[in-house]
Amino acid sequence: MTRLYTMDKPDERNRLDAMAQGIIGRPLDRPDGSAKTSGVAPYAAEYVVPDCAEGVLVLSTISRGEVVEIESAPVLAMPGVLAVIADPRMITRSAQGGAGKSPVREIQKVDYYGQPVALVVAETFEQARDAATRLRIAYRADDPARVPLAQEDGHASHESYGEPVQRGNLDAAMRDAAHAVDVTYTTEGHASAAMEPHASIAEWDGNTLTAHSSLQMLKYNQKELADALGLKPEQVRLIAPYVGGGFGSKLGISAELAAAAVAAIELARPVQVVMSRQQVFQCVMRRSETRQRIRLAADAEGRLSGFGHEAWVSNLPGEKFAEPVTQASEFLYRGEHRTLRIDLARIHRMTAGSVRAPGEAVGMQCLEAAMDELAITSGIDPVALRLRNIPEEHPSQGLPYSSRRLAECLKVGADRFGWDGTDRRPCQRREGEWWIGTGMATACRVHNLNEAQAKVTLSSDGTAVVESDMTDIGTGTYAILGQIAGEMLGLPPEKVLVQLGDTRYPPGSGSGGSWGAASTGSAVFVACEAIREQLAEQLGIEETDLTLKDGEAIAGNRRIPFTQLLTADISETGHFKNGGIDEKFAIAMYGAFFVEVGVNAYTGETRVRRMTGAFGLGRALNEKTATSQCLGGMVWGIGSALTEELVFDPRDGHLVNHDLAEYHVPVNLDVPALEVVLVDERDAAGSPLQAKGVGELGICGAAGAIANAVHHACGVRVRSFPITPDKLLEDLPDA
Amino acid sequence: MKPFDYQRAHGLGEAHQLLVADRARPIAGGTNLLDLMKLEVETPSALVDLNRLPLGGIEPRGEGLHIGALVSNSACAADPRIRSQYPVLARAILAGATFQLRNKATTGGNLCQRTRCYYFYDLAQACNKRAPGTGCAAVGGFNRIHAILGASDACIATYPGDMAVALSALDAAVEILDAKGDKRHVPVRDFHRLPGDTPERDNVLEPGDVITGVVLPAPVGGTQLYRKVRDRASYAFALVSVAAVVHLEDGVIARARLAFGGLAHKPWHDPRVEQLLEGQAPSDALFDEAAILLLDQARGQGSNDFKIPLTRRTLKAVLREATGGTL
Repeated sequence: MTRLYTMDKPDERNRLDAMAQGIIGRPLDRPDGSAKTSGVAPYAAEYVVPDCAEGVLVLSTISRGEVVEIESAPVLAMPGVLAVIADPRMITRSAQGGAGKSPVREIQKVDYYGQPVALVVAETFEQARDAATRLRIAYRADDPARVPLAQEDGHASHESYGEPVQRGNLDAAMRDAAHAVDVTYTTEGHASAAMEPHASIAEWDGNTLTAHSSLQMLKYNQKELADALGLKPEQVRLIAPYVGGGFGSKLGISAELAAAAVAAIELARPVQVVMSRQQVFQCVMRRSETRQRIRLAADAEGRLSGFGHEAWVSNLPGEKFAEPVTQASEFLYRGEHRTLRIDLARIHRMTAGSVRAPGEAVGMQCLEAAMDELAITSGIDPVALRLRNIPEEHPSQGLPYSSRRLAECLKVGADRFGWDGTDRRPCQRREGEWWIGTGMATACRVHNLNEAQAKVTLSSDGTAVVESDMTDIGTGTYAILGQIAGEMLGLPPEKVLVQLGDTRYPPGSGSGGSWGAASTGSAVFVACEAIREQLAEQLGIEETDLTLKDGEAIAGNRRIPFTQLLTADISETGHFKNGGIDEKFAIAMYGAFFVEVGVNAYTGETRVRRMTGAFGLGRALNEKTATSQCLGGMVWGIGSALTEELVFDPRDGHLVNHDLAEYHVPVNLDVPALEVVLVDERDAAGSPLQAKGVGELGICGAAGAIANAVHHACGVRVRSFPITPDKLLEDLPDA
Repeated sequence: MKPFDYQRAHGLGEAHQLLVADRARPIAGGTNLLDLMKLEVETPSALVDLNRLPLGGIEPRGEGLHIGALVSNSACAADPRIRSQYPVLARAILAGATFQLRNKATTGGNLCQRTRCYYFYDLAQACNKRAPGTGCAAVGGFNRIHAILGASDACIATYPGDMAVALSALDAAVEILDAKGDKRHVPVRDFHRLPGDTPERDNVLEPGDVITGVVLPAPVGGTQLYRKVRDRASYAFALVSVAAVVHLEDGVIARARLAFGGLAHKPWHDPRVEQLLEGQAPSDALFDEAAILLLDQARGQGSNDFKIPLTRRTLKAVLREATGGTL
C-alpha cells in the first residue's frame, strides 16, 4: 500500500523524539563507509560489462556557429575504431536540475566552446581517445561569443529574471540614512569539481536501455534520457548506488550518458563513456559569475530601513535557470524599503546551472561582506548589527518564520570562537610577517522539500529493508534513512538494509537543494508509520500506544519479538509531498561563521587559521554526517573566498583552467582545524522529522566571513572574489 | 593514446642507442611525461625506461655530493647531508608537488619538467613550444603564471619547477653522458634555455644525451631559504619563488646567491644583483635597489603584471629574513 503525507501544516507531533530505539541523531558511522574507503563500492565506470566498447566525446573548438563537416573516414580507418557518431538524440548541454525532459540536442549547432559535437567509439579507451584527438571537424564560426559579463553595463542588455521585489523608496532611504553602504561585489564562475567524473555505461537489449551512471536525481534523469532517446521512461533503467560527489553537476543528465546510450543502441553492444577531467570542466555546468550591487541604509543604531540587492548573472540562450543570488536576501534582514532583482545576460559559455548552494553561496558571501562594511561605517559590533536586524516577519511577504535559531547561532558561535567585536580597526595585530584578523558572517539557506517515495518492508525475521531511487552522493543518505527506519520500527541500525540508486525502486526526492534527507527521509517515516499501524492493529492497540524497540513490540505488559508477531512481511510505501507549507511560513536554515586569517604582509597570501560555524538546521538526523556536511561547506567557502575561479579566454571563449591543477580548490594545507557546532533545533514546519536541509548551509556566507577577516587583518577590502594575492597587493601597506 | 614502443634500457650504452631514435623519449618517474602523453601534447615514438640504470644514490664527490639522476625527490629531500648542508635544496623540493609525486619524481626527470602554460597543454590552442611555428596564444590571452623576464615573442612560458631554482642558487652542475660516451658538466644556470625563436627546446640536452646526475659543490653554509609564493598553500606552482644562500659577516653581506622561480623560461639568476649586495650592509634601501636591478628588464603580459611588485616584495622578505632583519 501507499500512504500519502502532504506537508501543508507544521507537524507538531514530533514523533521521532517519542520513539524508543534511541538511534536518531546519533553520530553513527556510514554503513557504506568501509566499502567506499576500501574501494569495493562500485562507481559508474567500475562495472565490468562484457564486450563493452569505449566512447570518447569530441568537443567543439569554436564558441558559436555550426559544424559543417565531420571527416570521419580517416578516423574510421584507425585500428579498433567502431564508429563516429553525431546523432540528433545526443544532448549538447546538461539538463538543469529537475528538468525531467531532454536538454538542447542540436548537435550541429555550436553554442559554446567545448560543446560536445561527436562521439568516437572504439574497442579500447586508448584507441577511442587517440581517434577523438585526430578527428577533423570543419566549422562555420559566427561572430565571436559575447564578451564577459563584467565588461557589460547596467540593466539595458539584460532580461529580468523572476519577480523583482520593489517596496518603498530605497533611494530616499539611502539619502536619509544615518549610515549607508552602496557597494558592488563580483564573483567568478565556479565548477562543481566532484571527485568522480561524469561517466556512464549503457546497454540496450532491443527494448530497454540500462545505464550505470553518476547522477543525483534518478526519477528526473530517467525522463530526461527517455525524452532524448525518444523512448518511454519505463524503457530506461538507471543505476547509481554510489555517486562520487555531485555538487549540482549531476542533478540532470550530461552529454556522456545520452552519447553512450545512442552508441549502445546503434552498435547493439554496451558502450562506456567517461568524461575526462577537462571535459567535465568544459561541457557540464558552471556557476555563473555574478555582479552584485548591495545597498544598505541604517539608522544610528544600525537598524536597516533600506535593503537593496541587485544581481547580474549569465547563462546560455534558451536556459531557464539563473543563479538565484538574492534568495536569502528576500527574508534574512529587516528594511522596509527594498529593491531586489536579478538580471540575466545571454552569453556563449557552457550552461550555467546549480553548483553548491545556487544563490546563497555567492549571494550571502557578498551580502555579508557588505554588512561588514556597514558595521565598520557605523562602528557597531558586526554580531550586534546582525542581531538588531532579525525581522519579526518576512519583510516583503509578511509570512511568519518557522523555527529560526539565527540569534542563538550568532551568540553560541561568537562564544565558542572567542569573538571580540569591540575593536574592528584593521592592521592591529601582527605576528611576524602575517597580519592577523577576524571576521564573521551569517549563514542562511532556504529550506526546500521535494516529492519523494520510499518503500519499507519489515520482515518476519526481524529485519527491515528500505528502497528508493534516492541517491547517496557522499552525504550519508544510507546512514540516515536506516536510522529513521530503525527508530520508527524499533530496530538497531544493523538490522535495516537501505537500497538506493536504482529506478526500479520507488522514486525518491533525489539529492539536490539540501532536500534529500527531509524529503526522502519523510517518505521513509510515512511508510514506517503505516507499518506501525498494522502492528498496532494486530496487537489491538492504538498506534500511539505502541512501543517498538530492539526488534520487539511492547504493548502494555506484553513484549513480543517481531519474529513471533509477524507471519508475513509487511511492505508499505511512503509518499511525501510538499503541500505548500513554504507558502505559509518562511522556512530556512541559519548559522554563523567566525574566522581568523593571516594575510602575508609581503606577498598578500591569505591563510585561514581557524574557523567556527554554528548552525541551526532543524533536527540533525545523524550528528556525524550533519557535521561533516557543514565542514565540507566551510571548505568550499575557503575555495570561494580565496582560490576558485573559472577563467575564460576573452578571444575565443574557451575555458583556460580546465583541470584541478589550475582550477584551485582548497587542499589539506589550506584548511585548518574547523569547528562545527550544531545548535539543537526542531522545526515542525521543516518536515515530519523536524529536520531541515543540511548539505548546502555550510558554504552560504562562509566566504564573506573570510573576506571580512582579511579586511580586519590588513585593511584591504577586496570586492572581487576570489581574494588572490594580486588583488591584495594593489592596496596592501608597504612591507 | 597514440601507440608507442616501450623499451627498458639495461645499460647506459643501450640507453644512448635507443634514445637517438627519432622522437624517442626517456622516462623515469613519468610524473609529467605520462600526463602529457595522455593529452597528446607529447607523442613520442618510443619510451626508453631508464629506471634500471645504475643512477641511484647520493655519494660524496670531491668536497660536494653527487646526486644520481634516479634519486627520487623524496629521497633527496630526506637525505641528512642535503638537509644539513644544502637545506635550500631540501626546502625547495618539499615546496613542490605532493608526497605521492615526490616519491615517483626523479632528480633528472624533475630538471626536464615541462612548462605548465595552459596553452601548451591545450591542443586546440596555438603554441610554438608544442607545435613550432603555430604562434603563442598565451600572448594576449590569460597569462597569470607566465614570464616577466627573458620571454620572447615566440613564447612567454615559465619553467615551473622548484628543485632547479635551489640548484641554481647552489651553483650545481648537471652531469650528462652523450651518445658517444663523453661526459660533460653543464651548470644548472646554463641547463635551461631562454625561449628565443626555438621555445620547443627547454634545455641544452641533445638527442641521445642521458642525465646521469647532479653535482653539488662543496657546502657553503650561510643562511639558506626557499620561499614560494602561490595561490594556495600546497599543490600549486609558484607565482614567484626565491632560493637564497646568504652569508653575513661583521654586519656585511659577504656572499649572496639568489635564484628565482616563476619569472622566466628558466630558473632566473642575475649576477648583477649578487654583486650589488655583496660587501654592503643590509638595509631596506639596498634591498629595494636589488629589486630594481633584478626587475629592470621585467615586462608584464597583462594578467601577470602583479608579478613585478610581488617579486620586489618577496625578495625584500627573503633578504630581510636572510640577514636577520625583522619581518
